[in-house]
This record gives sequence, C-alpha cells and structure tokens, in this order.
Amino acid sequence: MDNRNNDNRSGNDIISDVTGSEYKYGFVSDIDSDIIERGLNEDVVRLISQKKGEPDWLLDFRLKAYRYWTTLEMPRWAHLDIPDIDYQAISYYAAPKKKEGPASLDEVDPKLIETFNRLGIPLEEQKVLSGMAVDAVMDSVSVKTTHREKLAELGIIFCSFSEAVRDYPDLVRKYLGKVVSYRDNFFAALNSAVFSDGSFVYIPKGVRCPMELSTYFRINASGTGQFERTLIVADDDAYVSYLEGCTAPQRDENQLHAAIVEIIVEERAEVKYSTVQNWYAGDRDGNGGVYNFVTKRGLCRGDYSKLSWTQVETGSAITWKYPGCILAGEGSVGEFYSVAVTNNRQQADTGTKMIHIGRNTRSTIVSKGISAGHSQNSYRGLVSVAPGASGVRNYTQCDSLLLSDTCGAHTFPYIDVKNDTAIVEHEATTSKISEDQLFYCNQRGIPTEEAVALIVNGYAKEVMNKLPMEFAVEAQKLLSITLEGTVG
Amino acid sequence: MEDILLKIDNLHAGIEGKEILKGINLEIHPGEVHAIMGPNGSGKSTLSGVLAGDPRFTVTAGSADFHGVDLLSLSPEDRSHEGLFLSFQYPVEIPGVSMVNFMRAAVNAKRKYFGEAPLSAGDFLKMMRKKREIVELDNKLASRSVNEGFSGGEKKRNEIFQMAVLEPRLSILDETDSGLDIDALRVVAGGVNRLKNDSNATIVITHYQRLLDYIKPDFVHILYKGRIVYSGGPELALELEQRGYDWIKQLADNE
Repeated sequence: MDNRNNDNRSGNDIISDVTGSEYKYGFVSDIDSDIIERGLNEDVVRLISQKKGEPDWLLDFRLKAYRYWTTLEMPRWAHLDIPDIDYQAISYYAAPKKKEGPASLDEVDPKLIETFNRLGIPLEEQKVLSGMAVDAVMDSVSVKTTHREKLAELGIIFCSFSEAVRDYPDLVRKYLGKVVSYRDNFFAALNSAVFSDGSFVYIPKGVRCPMELSTYFRINASGTGQFERTLIVADDDAYVSYLEGCTAPQRDENQLHAAIVEIIVEERAEVKYSTVQNWYAGDRDGNGGVYNFVTKRGLCRGDYSKLSWTQVETGSAITWKYPGCILAGEGSVGEFYSVAVTNNRQQADTGTKMIHIGRNTRSTIVSKGISAGHSQNSYRGLVSVAPGASGVRNYTQCDSLLLSDTCGAHTFPYIDVKNDTAIVEHEATTSKISEDQLFYCNQRGIPTEEAVALIVNGYAKEVMNKLPMEFAVEAQKLLSITLEGTVG
Repeated sequence: MEDILLKIDNLHAGIEGKEILKGINLEIHPGEVHAIMGPNGSGKSTLSGVLAGDPRFTVTAGSADFHGVDLLSLSPEDRSHEGLFLSFQYPVEIPGVSMVNFMRAAVNAKRKYFGEAPLSAGDFLKMMRKKREIVELDNKLASRSVNEGFSGGEKKRNEIFQMAVLEPRLSILDETDSGLDIDALRVVAGGVNRLKNDSNATIVITHYQRLLDYIKPDFVHILYKGRIVYSGGPELALELEQRGYDWIKQLADNE
C-alpha cells in the first residue's frame, strides 16, 4: 500500500509490475514466538486472559463464550465443503516475543519491522504512510500502531484491543459483544473465548477522522489460528474510513482465522469499512490455505447513520463471511460492495445481511463474484424488513462472472419482508468472458492474460471505485494476479 | 516487385472442418487500396478473420507473407504488433473497461513488443487527443467503456480511431459500411483516407459499391466460393453495382 498516484497507472502497468503468479506474501519470518501448547479448554482460556492481564469481567465473558461454544456444532449450511477441523490441534495464542508493549519503535524487534516492510507496511516513524494510520497485528498480538499521538489530539482512540481493555475498560465493556454476541454463531463463540488482539477505534462526537485507519493482519507462526477482534465506535456526527488487509505464509497446513468485527454507528455518523483479503489460498490442488470464518456486523443505531462495507476477497482456501448492517436508526443507510474471486480449489460463501428495523432505512448491495479453475463461489445475502419499518428501500445487484467450465457460481438471496411499504429489488446476472472479447483484445495487440485482467477489472470497477485510492491500486493488482493463468 | 506488403499464396482455410477459402492468391503493395467484394457467403469475412488470426478458423494450406514475416505462424497479438489491423464488422462491447485504458494497454503492448518503454500518461493522452480529431470522435466517447452503448456509427468510428492510434501497415476494413448512415459513412471514410500514405495499405471488404465512392480502390477483387475469381480496377465495382453478381457467378461456375 504505497502512496501511489492512481490515475497515471493503467491496468497494464499494474500487471507488468507482477510477473509470475506466485503468492508474494508467502514468506515466513524467523521470529521468536511465545506459543502456548496446542489444544483448547478452560485452562487455555484462563491462560490467554492471564497473559494479557485482563480484568475479571473479561475473563468471565471468555469463559461464558467458551462454555457456550462447547455446546455448538460447526455450521454446515453454507455451500462449502469444509474438512473436519481438529480444534485441539491448534495453538490459540502465538505472540512475537518482546518486552512489555512497545512504547517506541526501538523496542520492536527489527525482524518484525522487516516483515511488515516486506508486506509494504512501513512502521518506522519516519517512513509511515502519511495519509494512513496502521495497527500491525502479527499472529495474536498488535505489534505497533502508528500516528497515535496525532489522532489523540482530536480525541480519536486508535490502539490495539489489549491496550483498549487496559486503558479504556469502560468503553470496551460498554460495546463488547453488543453487536455480535458470543451466542451469535459457532465461530463467534470461539473467537469470544480465545480472541487475542485486534484493533479498537473510537471517534468522538463531531470528529471527522483526518486519515484512513487501517489494521494489517499477518499470520506468521505455524500450527496456530488467528482470532482477532475489531471494535469501532463512531459517536454522533463522526466519520471514519477504516481499512483491513491480511496475508499469511504459504504452508501445506490449513490455518484457521476466525475474527469478529463489531461496529457501532451513532446519530448521523458514518463508517466506511474496506477489506482487501489476501490470506494464502492454498496451492493449485487445494493443499493448505487459510480457513477464513469471520463474523462482521455493524449497528447503525443512530438516526441517519451510515455504514458501508467494501470487500475484495481474493485469498483464503475457504471464505465464510457475511458483513451485515443492522439498520435500527431512522433513515439509516447500509451498503455492501463486494468482489469475491475464487480460483483453483478455493471456496467462498459470502454476502451480507441487511436488517431493516428503523423507518425509511435504505440499503444497497452490489456483489460481483468471479470464479475460475475448479472453485466454488456463492453469494448468500439476507434482506429483512421488520413489521414496523415503513418506507424501506433495498437494491441488490448480484453478478457472477465465470472464467472456466469447471467452476461454480451460486446465488442464495433470502428476502424476508414484513412491511408492505418496502421496495426491495434484486437483479442478478451471470456471464462469461467471450471468445469474441478476447480476440478483439488480441487483435489490438493485448495478450490474453492481460485482456482477462482488463475485462475482470472492468467488471469489478463499480466495487473497486468504492475503495480508498491506495487500496484500489493494490486490489486491482491482486485481481490480476489471482486470475493469472486461468484462460487460454 | 520487391516491396510487397502482403503476399497470400494458395490460402485454404475453414471452420469446423468445412472449407471456406479454397486457394486465395493476393498481392498487396504499400500505398494501395484493395477492395474485396463478393456475394454473401463467398468467404470475405473468413479471409479477414484468418489473416487476423481468429482462432475459430483453421488454415489447411497455403501461406501469407507479411513484409517478410510468416504471418500465419504469429499469434493474433503479434500480427497486430507487426502492423495488421482489423476493423471489425461487429465490434464487441467490453463493459467497465474505458477506451482510454483499453488503448493504453494496446499501445503499450506494442511498445513492449518493440522493446520500447511504456508511454507516459501525459504523452498518451496527448496522442489520443490528436487521433480523436481524425475521426471526429468526441471526448465523451473516448472515456466511455469499449463500445458499450455505442450506436452503429459510433462503433465504426471507434474502430477507425483505434486504427489511427495503432498506425498499422495493413488495415482490413470488414464491412465497415454495414449499419452506417450516409453521414457516418462519410466521417469513417474521411478518417481512412486521412490515414492513408505511401507506406501503408488497406483492404476494404464490402458488399456494396457505396463505400468505394468514398474510399477509392486501386484494385477490386471478386471473391466467390472461396476464390478470387475476377480482379480489375475501380471500374469493376461500378460494373458490379449495375449488373449484380450473377454474371460473375456464371463466369466462375462455367470455368
């Protein structure tokens, strides 16, 4: 995510930037880690809580979640073929070894800094991205958060989740688990029991956050999972744009990532949440890769509040995620813009939930699925309108692009309307890149690989345009790499 | 003669096992305009597709020498780089891909082929502006998605615009006049004429004489049942207009 100028870069440059279709974030950093023994039981939950020096109320929360989790079975309703996961074979806490939380960068292991440099995320103060504050999370813990002092001047809190528990316990306690309860689902319960770190954001009343806030998630240690939590609160009239990026080393084993994101949007406040998900997807034959089971939800509690999700999903062996909006405040607005790409043996079951509770609430869903190879790509979305929610508007557009004869694209829209003033629209298309389009490009001198990238980026443009500029370039590149070698 | 731009020798080609071109011979020199006319189904579009490398067609015999390069051995994109341009009868739409991005990819692919650095954004846009004027293409069209929502006339103008940008050595205009009203025809033909010079050549494939009022051919060839059965000067087109194709068919069938 360099600060590049988007408009003098064409799809062409972007592709010539990346030669070879290898996953370029697949390296492993040799970092001393504090990894607890594999397995999960109450003692492990207590150990995690103890390692983080947590207050009793949080340990109670974890234990309740753990006990509830033990009563649950893994959900099987998605259009996914999920191998059995041995939850006792995973280590639930891995932290790069360090002294107490780093106050200055001198205390951060140079290897960590080097790792994030290789990922394009400079952490040194003199090099940090000017328009963006970054919370860098490696395995289970946050290693560094940039620009904190500058943000603090505006009353904005941007820190790791652990620090938030320590420094702002009342705020965390007030909001934790309020949007995504630990009883929400299997993975939410698991996360609530063992979550290790993540980011916390609080934007006070009337403050527009002057820079993009971003968290960069990196899995490094093997045999571990990553269970982070993000909590974002935008108070009345506040605004923030938040970005999330993820990568992991290339490994033969599958790694579990089960995160929770909770967002609370108060009156007239607006939150934009963008994700570029590039976890390791496994190899051509489907060996290895990250299982990405994520619960993301925002509560538009205030009247005229707005929450916008934008996601570009290119990685992970299996993706199971449905970022949703509970539109409780009158006139609140929810948006979901998604590009989900699957190649080789990848599987994705992703979409959104728009829960209309308040009057005159509006939602827009634009989902662009792209499937190649032997992959399976499903859109699953819920639009529900409560009995008291009059004047609701929803527009859903759901497109699928198929790049092979062996992949699958599926659409599962659920519409549940209990108020007859609602206007709910659903449009869906399925298309293929035609031979004619490819030959037309070829005739103009554009090679097939590049033509596919061009056409796919054109197809996804409506969503890509919603991303902040630094991300858009990265995401465009990512689409091209993910699909290299899929046609011809 | 030494400076032959394209020499087609006994070209046979077909689609799905069915032979359509049954021995085409044609020689084109720089600076020339050749019209290829013929009744429907005679193989006109197959010839343009085969020369451009459309993968639907299979060449079964013969050769095509393009300024010393074995044309038929090249990929479609390399044929383009070597200077072959096909103005499509039905230009395809590519949603979401702006003309600017599309042409930039095309121009830079060609530059890469010749070992040149990509054009800077500024230089590229300047060049686009200049080329746009040749076919009176307005700025809005250039920023829209490739052919998406273009009228028939706009699509054909857009083809000639791309031809202007890529500066081919040989342009094949496949039924460029189909679907054009007289004003659009004039603009398109005007663009083609402006791009003509001593070192490039044009093949105009058409069913009707009309286009040839605007683009004056040096030679007219009549394609019938996969062969060039008759060649002549520009007067041949006029004769066809008056007498139709029947006399040619009889002539060829009696051979």
